[in-house]
Amino acid sequence: MKLQLRFFASLREGLGLSEELVSVPASVVTTTDLRAWLMQRGEVWAQLLNSERALRCAVNQHIAAENIALSDGDEVAFFPPVTGG
Amino acid sequence: MTVRIQTADFDLSTEIAALRSGNLEVGAIVSFIGTVRDMNEGSQVNSMELEHYAGMTEKALADIIVEAKARWSIHEALVIHRIGKMLPGEQIVLVAVTGQHRGEAFSACEFIMDYLKTAAPFWKKEATPTGEHWVDARSTDDEAMARWRKK
Repeated sequence: MKLQLRFFASLREGLGLSEELVSVPASVVTTTDLRAWLMQRGEVWAQLLNSERALRCAVNQHIAAENIALSDGDEVAFFPPVTGG
Repeated sequence: MTVRIQTADFDLSTEIAALRSGNLEVGAIVSFIGTVRDMNEGSQVNSMELEHYAGMTEKALADIIVEAKARWSIHEALVIHRIGKMLPGEQIVLVAVTGQHRGEAFSACEFIMDYLKTAAPFWKKEATPTGEHWVDARSTDDEAMARWRKK
């Protein structure tokens, strides 16, 4: 499964990455799986995507309030809680 | 319904005139403008940078307006949100609502603003004398939004 990843704000800066096209293994089925898989990429990833950090996830530009299943070609974004207005 | 994300400033009178134009049923116009403060949490703010998630931001704001129109009897709603660098005193956001009566227009305007604060993907980064930092989300914004949950 291929996914288009997007990162914003402090997460984007911390990772030094705003977007990336990835091929994930079959074990990655949901948004939570994806986050756990990304955490294995190294210390910075493990630190910034830690489940204790309040991160939001959006799939195809809609907030994924819960753990949801991913499909090939999905755009998955991770970002900190929003602070506009 | 109009949603605009832009780096340029906006003019309230121009926007209100366009929003109410040609509709003589409008008896109430409510607007809110958010501006950049020079202090935040005890620290001086020299400037502010606003980042957004292009595409999702527009969809989220359009969804918020649809929800407001479903809940209250209003005619039109406008949201303009600026991105990029801004200085203290500058305008950041405009929410304007027209309707027949003030009650519905006031509620819809406040709802749109509360919802925007917690659901529209924007992030603020402040430049202070001691360096730059990302602004933390406030729990008071979540509480303001929670008031609107349907019982």
